[in-house]
Amino acid sequence: MRRGKRMMEDLEQDIREHIEMETQDNIERGMSPVEARYAAVRKFGNVTRVKEETRAVWSFIWLEQLGQDIRYALRMLGKSPGFAAIAILTLALGVGANTSLFSVVNGVLLNPLPYPHSNQVVTAANWFPGYGEGSISYPDFLDWVRLNHTFSSLAAYRQNSFNLTGQGDAERVSAMEISASFFPLLGVNPIIGRDFSSAEDQLGGPPAVILSGGFWKTKFGSSEIIGKALSLDGTDYTVVGVIPEDFYFCCETIGFRLSDVYVPIGVSKDPWMRDRRITPGVRTVGRIKQGVTVAEAGADMDGVARNLAAAYPDIEKDLGIVVTPLKQVMVHDIRPFLLVLLAAVSFVLLIACVNVANLLLARSTGRGREFAIRAALGASQGRVVRQLLTESVLLAMAGGALGLLLASWGTRAALAALPSALPRANNVRLDPHVLLFTLIISLFAGILFGLAPAIRTSRPDLHETLKEGGRGGSGVRYRAQSIFVIVEMALAVVLLIGTGLTLRTLVSLWSVNPGFDSHNVLSFSVGFPPALASADANAIRATLRQFTDKIASVPGVSAVSVSNGAIPLNHESALVFWREGQAQPATEASMPFALWYRVGPDYLKVMKIRLLRGRFLTAQDDANAPGVCVIDEDFARKFFGNEDPIGRRLNFDLVYTQPLRIVGVVAHVKQYGLDETVHSPVQAQFYMPLLQLPDDQLKTLASSTTGFIIRTQGSPDAFAGAVRDALREFNSKAVLYAPEAMDHIISQSLAARRFAVILLAVFAALALVLAGIGIYGVISYIVGQRTHEIGIRMALGAQRSHVLKIVLGQGARLALLGVVIGLAAAAGLTRLMATILYGVSATDPLTFAAVAMVLTLIALAACYLPARRAVRIDRLVALRHE
Amino acid sequence: MSTKEQADRIELLQGTLDLLILRTLLLGPAHGHAIAKTIEFMSDDVLQVEQGSLYPALHRLIKRNWISFEGGTSENNRRAKFYQLTAKGRRQLLVETRKWDKLAGAIAQILRPAGQEGES
Repeated sequence: MRRGKRMMEDLEQDIREHIEMETQDNIERGMSPVEARYAAVRKFGNVTRVKEETRAVWSFIWLEQLGQDIRYALRMLGKSPGFAAIAILTLALGVGANTSLFSVVNGVLLNPLPYPHSNQVVTAANWFPGYGEGSISYPDFLDWVRLNHTFSSLAAYRQNSFNLTGQGDAERVSAMEISASFFPLLGVNPIIGRDFSSAEDQLGGPPAVILSGGFWKTKFGSSEIIGKALSLDGTDYTVVGVIPEDFYFCCETIGFRLSDVYVPIGVSKDPWMRDRRITPGVRTVGRIKQGVTVAEAGADMDGVARNLAAAYPDIEKDLGIVVTPLKQVMVHDIRPFLLVLLAAVSFVLLIACVNVANLLLARSTGRGREFAIRAALGASQGRVVRQLLTESVLLAMAGGALGLLLASWGTRAALAALPSALPRANNVRLDPHVLLFTLIISLFAGILFGLAPAIRTSRPDLHETLKEGGRGGSGVRYRAQSIFVIVEMALAVVLLIGTGLTLRTLVSLWSVNPGFDSHNVLSFSVGFPPALASADANAIRATLRQFTDKIASVPGVSAVSVSNGAIPLNHESALVFWREGQAQPATEASMPFALWYRVGPDYLKVMKIRLLRGRFLTAQDDANAPGVCVIDEDFARKFFGNEDPIGRRLNFDLVYTQPLRIVGVVAHVKQYGLDETVHSPVQAQFYMPLLQLPDDQLKTLASSTTGFIIRTQGSPDAFAGAVRDALREFNSKAVLYAPEAMDHIISQSLAARRFAVILLAVFAALALVLAGIGIYGVISYIVGQRTHEIGIRMALGAQRSHVLKIVLGQGARLALLGVVIGLAAAAGLTRLMATILYGVSATDPLTFAAVAMVLTLIALAACYLPARRAVRIDRLVALRHE
Repeated sequence: MSTKEQADRIELLQGTLDLLILRTLLLGPAHGHAIAKTIEFMSDDVLQVEQGSLYPALHRLIKRNWISFEGGTSENNRRAKFYQLTAKGRRQLLVETRKWDKLAGAIAQILRPAGQEGES
């Protein structure tokens, strides 16, 4: 730019001078000064046009030269197709892998949620001192709406399911109970019909239902759906709207399900929804006002909590409210994984770039002669550098283009393989921003790595280079290449160690004992016939017994139990209590929690949990017998220490009206998954007989569903059909749904980890291949450069084995240095991934040693071919070689 | 200038102007104004170069490395750029001249084929 400006100023001066001279001439011809100048100016022509044309000359020439550069570059690259192919492929692999993974990470981790102004969307939840974050009570929610100042909108939601009858066979549909403000808050507009009105969101309001797009499409499909009546759990709900098919809302429970239907939460007749002391799985999502920060909203809700504590001291005291951005809630479990993967793929890209740099460097040295000749013929250094740059840029673009292809294929492959445990898997696509980023990186790498050797090579000492045939300065070149190779090896080592550690973690987890035997166990749910909701408690108990007996009668079923409340790896439920003999804590919030399993007497037979002391529940522990419970070893340790808990009692102020006597202690069950970590604050567990549930609780249960768990002889999946038939035979209105083998549930819980390991393994393999190519390239090159020298040595009598040793020795030296550096780096870096490791330390010596060995072997193997070539060198040819 | 003079002015093709400049400089270095005058003079005033178009041409030749320039003083003690042929330019002049002769010969042949009647 500055040059252009100076040129223009120069030109203007030239033009001025020219016109001056012409004017002078005209005066000498006899014109008056005024006439003379006038004539001169006219003769010159349009000054502006001249300036424009000159400017155009420069840009046109520049374009011409660019064309020349490109053609020359293509010719040069064509002369060494092997080099070009490897460089392009290497870069493509790096770019492709990077872009694919960035797209996934972008879609899952970095991208804002699919709601307008998503950084204002938050969750608000209870904070229990003994439990951590948890769901809230509905009356509390209504007060939160009333008392807050920082939310523009707050909605409650709760997961549920219903028996859908009257549309063909009775089936179970997954549902979400929501406030009327739920969809508007998230910016979701119904594609047919409307949202819920506030009148419908009240106790006693007209039952309305909104269908999800997917459910509507598969079940109905016609737009004549508004006003239609659907019978859910025996009540008729009127369809008022349908929402888009791609609506996505994250789920906080351990399993993830898309809801089929939505009903207003305010209309629920469940008595637990009106009790301020009970938190029946209600959660909230809200939108904070423009300009308000999350911290300010949190402070506001602290004020609301204090308000409620003052109004209801025995319920609300000590209970806190915590506000979290929704995005954080969604990704916090998988964040460490994705970050590790991101690091891995960056390593791969780095290795790829280093490889290409190496290649370019190696090649540029061999062209020292070419540059010397061009310089002698008058080419400016700038021109030569520019031409070299063109070559590297062309390579970079070709690599980038191929990488784009690989990326689109890779992203599709990743989508197919992504476990559904990853949120927003359906929203991942090849992101143009990511692509741009990666292309820029590769362009940058191409320029950088092409420039460095270019500048060094293009200023050769002409005489020296022309004399020796281009071998000047090879010592310095060799050092740079060695450094590159060492860096590559180190990077590969770190990557491989990371992969090894995650692999070992997976293996450790896989062999963790969950506390029960998950083989040949099937869990499923049964929706009760609607008539049961109005039966009395004893009839309900009798029905439960009959269901159990009926299922037990299916051939091949060795044990059956109801499974209500908490279900391992599936559902959480907790109850507050206090030990008899101790003072009742002032508020529920300060009472201890334990995970609450409501089961049948054969539960232990199904799950094969170890009985440590006393006895488990039996068929005799029914409504007529004294209330009992069984605790787990963690409970015993935490609340009884060294005392014997058998015979002691636990007090309750919720659900149970009488204290329960402890009759046994069982082994602990891993409720939260095989890698139970920090987010499982409650470890104590207790088991109560379902039949001893107080009457009012049983009636609530009877209006929805219960879980069952069975042990089968042989593969559990085969039994779902038989059990379903048996149940239907018994009562045609009972619906069996969501059958799942326990093994499958456990395997699913490890799905995200498994996926991460697979990805890491792919990257590690890629890194290995690239590093191997790198070493091969360097050693090859060295052998090529030193062919002359090797020939002389052999002519002077050196043994073949000696030559072999020299070459291999060089390779081994490089490799070992790289491995050592890599090990040291890994020792420091793997600390960062400690959160996702399990059963293996971040500096596990076995993994480190194994990786070191593998890489050294690979390096030696890569040296083998060039070494063989060195040994086979014909002495005469070598001596003649320049 | 009268229209008659304008009609006589022959529009010079870009490449031709380059050629003429090179030829002019064969006689020795010159500054821009002098080149223009020389072309007029050597063609008996048939070729009236629009003096402005000289400059883009000169820059083209500089970029191609066919001519180079140096600062210097003109006849009337003014500062001016003096252009001169480079070795490459000299070679190019030979090549281009040969091409031009060929072209001119071919055109002449078409316009006035050997042994043809018509105005002569």
